[in-house]
Order: sequence, then C-alpha cells, then structure tokens
Amino acid sequence: MIMMDDQSFELACPLPMSDKKTVQLAHGGGGRLMRELIQEVFVRTFDNPLLAPLHDGATWPVERGTLAFTTDSYVVRPLFFPGGDIGRLAVHGTVNDLAMCGAKPLYLSAGFILEEGLSVDVLRQVVKSMAEAARAAGVSIVTGDTKVVDRGKGDGIFINTAGVGLVPDGVHISPQSVRPGDAILVSGDLGSHGVAVLSVREGLSFAGEVQSDSAPLHGVVEDLIGSGVETHCLRDLTRGGLASALNEIGEAAGVGIVIDEAAIPILDPVRGACELLGLDPLYVANEGRFVAIVPSSQVEPALAVMRRHAVSGRAALIGSVTDRPLPPVVLQTVVGTTRILDLLSGEQLPRIC
Amino acid sequence: MKYVDEFRDRAVVATLAERIKQTVSRPWTIMEVCGGQTHSIVRFGLDELLPKGLTLVHGPGCPVCVTPVSLIDDAVRLARQPGVILCSFGDMLRVPGSQGDLFGAKAERADVRIIYSPLDALELARATPNREVVCFAVGFETTAPPWAMAVVQAKTMGLTNFSLLVAHVLVPPAIEAILSSPQNRIQGFLAAGHVCTVMGYEEYESIALRYRVPIVVTGFEPVDVLEGIAMVVNQLEEGRAVVENQYVRSVSREGNRQAQAVVDEVFEPSSRIWRGIGEIPRSGLRIKSAYAEFDAAARFRDVLARYGPAAQEHPECQSGLVLQGLLKPPDCPAFGTRCTPERPLGAPMVSSEGACAAYYRYRRAGAG
Repeated sequence: MIMMDDQSFELACPLPMSDKKTVQLAHGGGGRLMRELIQEVFVRTFDNPLLAPLHDGATWPVERGTLAFTTDSYVVRPLFFPGGDIGRLAVHGTVNDLAMCGAKPLYLSAGFILEEGLSVDVLRQVVKSMAEAARAAGVSIVTGDTKVVDRGKGDGIFINTAGVGLVPDGVHISPQSVRPGDAILVSGDLGSHGVAVLSVREGLSFAGEVQSDSAPLHGVVEDLIGSGVETHCLRDLTRGGLASALNEIGEAAGVGIVIDEAAIPILDPVRGACELLGLDPLYVANEGRFVAIVPSSQVEPALAVMRRHAVSGRAALIGSVTDRPLPPVVLQTVVGTTRILDLLSGEQLPRIC
Repeated sequence: MKYVDEFRDRAVVATLAERIKQTVSRPWTIMEVCGGQTHSIVRFGLDELLPKGLTLVHGPGCPVCVTPVSLIDDAVRLARQPGVILCSFGDMLRVPGSQGDLFGAKAERADVRIIYSPLDALELARATPNREVVCFAVGFETTAPPWAMAVVQAKTMGLTNFSLLVAHVLVPPAIEAILSSPQNRIQGFLAAGHVCTVMGYEEYESIALRYRVPIVVTGFEPVDVLEGIAMVVNQLEEGRAVVENQYVRSVSREGNRQAQAVVDEVFEPSSRIWRGIGEIPRSGLRIKSAYAEFDAAARFRDVLARYGPAAQEHPECQSGLVLQGLLKPPDCPAFGTRCTPERPLGAPMVSSEGACAAYYRYRRAGAG
C-alpha cells in the first residue's frame, strides 16, 4: 500500500468569510459571525455527509468488532514548520494513536481554541491542511467546536482532536501481550520532528535542513496485521521520544528492555543539532515513528512489511525484551558498555557550553 | 558523523582501556575537572572499563552547580521586577535558590526567556527598548568571550537596557584550591578541553610544577577521555608531572588570543563564592568599571539591597564535597531519596553537567 501523504487536494473555498481578516471574540459568541466561520471555514473544507447536518454530534451505525477511542491536544509553536503544521499534526497524532491500538481510524472530532486577532487566512490554511491530512488518511472530521479567547490568552491556535477507530477481531495489541524474548523494531530515523520545530522556533540555522517526520502510520500498521505478523505491542514515539515510550511499555508489561545504541537510526543533521545543544535524540519527539514489538521469529517478515511503506522505509531491529524488569530499559552503548535509559524529569534543556 | 563516530569507536575504546590496564601498577586517583567529561564518563560507562585501583573523581567544572545560592536568588528577584526580561541558558532554570528556581518565577508570570546565544539577548534588547533585558551570565572561560562580545556590541549599538548578572568563574584557581586543601587526594587532572580552547594551557604549567601534578588537556568523547587518562597514568607511573595536550584538534598552548582579548576588555578577575565550596580569591570575573552600565549588580543595586543577607545552602546538601571530589554522588545519604531531579536539594542534581544528575540518570541501583 502506498502512503498518500504527499498528495494535495484543493479544498479551500474561494468565498471570503464575511469581511473579517482576523478572528474576533464574536466568532466564538454563538451568533451570526460564529455560524459564518463554521460554515465557510470548517464545514466547506471538512466536507462530509456526517458533518453536514450540523447536529450537536455525529451519528453512524455500528459495525461488529471492538472500538478504539482516543484524544490529544496540539499546542505547537510555530504553527507552521518544515515538513508540517499544527493541522497535519492534529490529524496524524490522533490517527496514529488509533493505529497503535491496532484500529482502523474512522472518524475524528476537532475542537479549536482560537486567539483573538488570529489571521483568518492562517486559520484557513491550517483547516485545509487538516482536511488534506484526513482525506489522505481515509478518515472524516465529523464533529467539532470553536472557542475564541482574548488576545494574549492563547498561542494563535490550539487544536484538540478525538478519534474513533475499529479494531479487527482477534487483534490484541497492548503492553500486556509483550513476552521476554520479543524483538523491538523501530520504524525509522528518530528526532527529526523535534529538531525541525526547535530549529524554526529558535532560529537555529544549522538545523535548517531537517524536516518533521509527521505522517500517518495506520497504513503500515494495517499491513503488518493483515500480513499475519504477530504484533504484540505498538507505540508511537511522540513526546519523550523512544526512551520514554520504552520505559512506559517496560513498566506496564513488567519486563525489561535492552536496546543497542548503534542500531538506532538517527540522521546526521539531527545528531549534529542534538550534539551541539546537549540534547539526547532518544528523548526528542517524533510525529511519524513507532516501535513494534514482535516475537523474535517474526523480525524478518515484520521488517519486510514495514520497509514496503515510505513512512517506515528505514525500519530497524534495535533491541529485545528480557525477563529482568528493573531497570525497565538498559542501553548498550556504542562503546560496548551498558547504562540505564531512564525517564526524564521534565523537558530536556539546552546546555550552557 | 565526522568528529563524533571516530571518537566513539568501540575497538579504539577497548584498545585504550587495555593499554591503561597494562600501564597501571598501583592505585591512582585522577580528577576530571569538567562536568561535560563527567557526563561522558558516566553516560558511556568509561569508569567501568578502568582497572580497579584507578579511581576517577568528579571535579567542580559545572558552572551551574557552583553558582552560589545568593546569585540565583538575585536572578529570581530581578526576574520578578516589573519591566525586566531575564535571559538565561536553559539548564540554569531548574537550579534551586533559597526562593525557588527561575522556572518557578516564570510560572508566577516573571518574563524568563531561554536563550541559545548571548546574541539572542542582544537582539531582544534592541527589539524591546522599553524593557530591561538582564542576562544571567553563567559559565567558565568558555562562555565568557561571547558575553564580553555582547557587552562590547551593546556599547557600540548604544543600548541602554541591556545588562549582565555575572556569575562567571575560572578553572585554574579552583584546581589550586583543591590541590592546596589538606584533604586533597587528587594525583592527576584531566583539564577541560573547551576551557583550554579559549585560554590555552600556559597557566596550568606553573600549577603542574608547583604541586607536582600531571595535567592533561582532554576532550569530551569516550576516546578523548580514555586517551587523557592513559596520558595521566603514563606520567604518574614514570614520575613525571607536566602539562600535556590530548585535545590537539581544538587546543593550542596559547589558546584563542582574540577571545582572551575581548574578555580582558570587559571583565576583570574578582573573588567569587563557589556554591558548596566557599570563597576562592580571584576565581571569578566581574565587569570592569568602564562597562559598569552593563553590570546588572550595579544597575539594580537598590533593588537587590532591599533583600536581607545572602541565603545559605540547604543544610542536607553535600554538593560541596561532591564538587571537590571528596564524595561520590551515590554515597550521599540524600541521593535518589530526599534529593531527586524533581525535588533537588542542590544544583548538581539538576544541572546537565552535574555529577549527581549523571549518576541519577545513567547509574541508579539495579542498572546494567
């Protein structure tokens, strides 16, 4: 299956929204201006039959199987960065959370908190980007909400998306399925999203060539499951990066995880930026990367499936699961020693020298 | 990646570790001065590759760790002043003073900004003429030149809203303080490669001579650190005590003269209190009177004078012993229990170059 994330759709409505160039408090006030905003920016762009009735919620008939339900909020500065924007992120993030449950993503909600004074053109651009990302991922945005807050009380746009997906019968993807001896696979190079956002936010010219990895992952997950790869656990490597995800899985599953530092793919510009800033790329956020935990006998077929998809073309075997739960994650360093790979206390901070 | 991969090469590391094992004939104690080296040692587990009798102790070379509580309190107080933007490098924000840390001040609506370069702060001052931009200038000789350059440029640009709260410290006086202590057990030093890139290593030659101690200017990658250790061990075994340079790809004997000149233009040596250690004569930098208008301590003297006498270190924190190489972090009774990165008693638990933070992050019980 080929990812469609590079395909573009012309969905923006050419009609101007009233005569307002910026978002005003009245756009969240429940009156005519709000109705115009919803109709002209959101409904036209997200265009789908479940959204069209503009009821208090969306309804649809239920198939058999198991439902997956998730939510996430998106607060990124700047709103646009190399390789993506907050709109793409808000769709991919929630689609990926559903995919990590083994679910086929179906429907999303979108809640917007807009800051008074936001350019309507910027809002249109973000909404268009969401619509494109949703269409490429085969999901519909079927319900939503808009609030406007005073200037200075927001950061342009905050977006919350929730998503519903369908888990096929017989699929049990969770940390509890992880067994000692399982293999840890990572879907691609790490740290690009975090470094891309940091480079534009802080004006770090040396990291300028790095693009965010933001991408939908449900296609490769569906293919893994459909190809019969026995998939025990999946986790996308967002905030906190690989290190935090592996710690969470290890603790939840009551197992230990040993990974090989030399096997973890990281692009040179990302490594270079992290070395300069004193950041560890294993804790840097990704928006289109995941780990898959599979029985050791399934490593080759799993890697073969993952490498068929552009989004996981650099998939690699990086470690294995042990029966020693403490500490949850041990790193074999590039020089042949071992150390723990711990959860961080908070955010990583750039160092002094 | 060039300049990284070849210095993390597993085979070279193994060869160097073996060479050290072959050379060592009796117990030796070596201090790595710089917190960056400490982190490299603990992160890559280099100490585990050394023979039993060879002990590495961690030095005072973490600028965040040695910044006194009173200066952190001053920074927090200035950050809380209306109209002030306080600029700091990121890893200073979590360090506790007696009135909380800068992150706490930020949460209480103080305008605290993380900067990546002194030039960012200069640009901020230019762009916001109605605000006072105060920079918490923390560091060793490495970061002094860019701060000095920022002050020179601020003067050239005619900025009247830019100042530094200077907490700069110097390495050689700290090495001398350690060597002249009656409790000293250090027999050789790895000097900090980046400090020497700026300052050169002439001033270490008299220390090596007077205290009969080998000093090797050393880099930060695993191969650098092990090679530096091998060079110190060679000298110790052969009974020599001179300054040698392992970090030749970056350091020359005279250092960077231009950087030294700009530091001399703006700063002069002064007595400085090191957190947990105490006062060391001529171990800090202060702004010369010709640039007094850029000295936040002078500019805000009246504001800072409103507060009482300088606060003391938390009584349970033993960071002074850690910073002098007299106590290993895991041997501190509070380590990992009453002192954690979430609730630190002292700076070495939160600084990115702090020894306690390195042990907490890479080496807690049950590891490996």
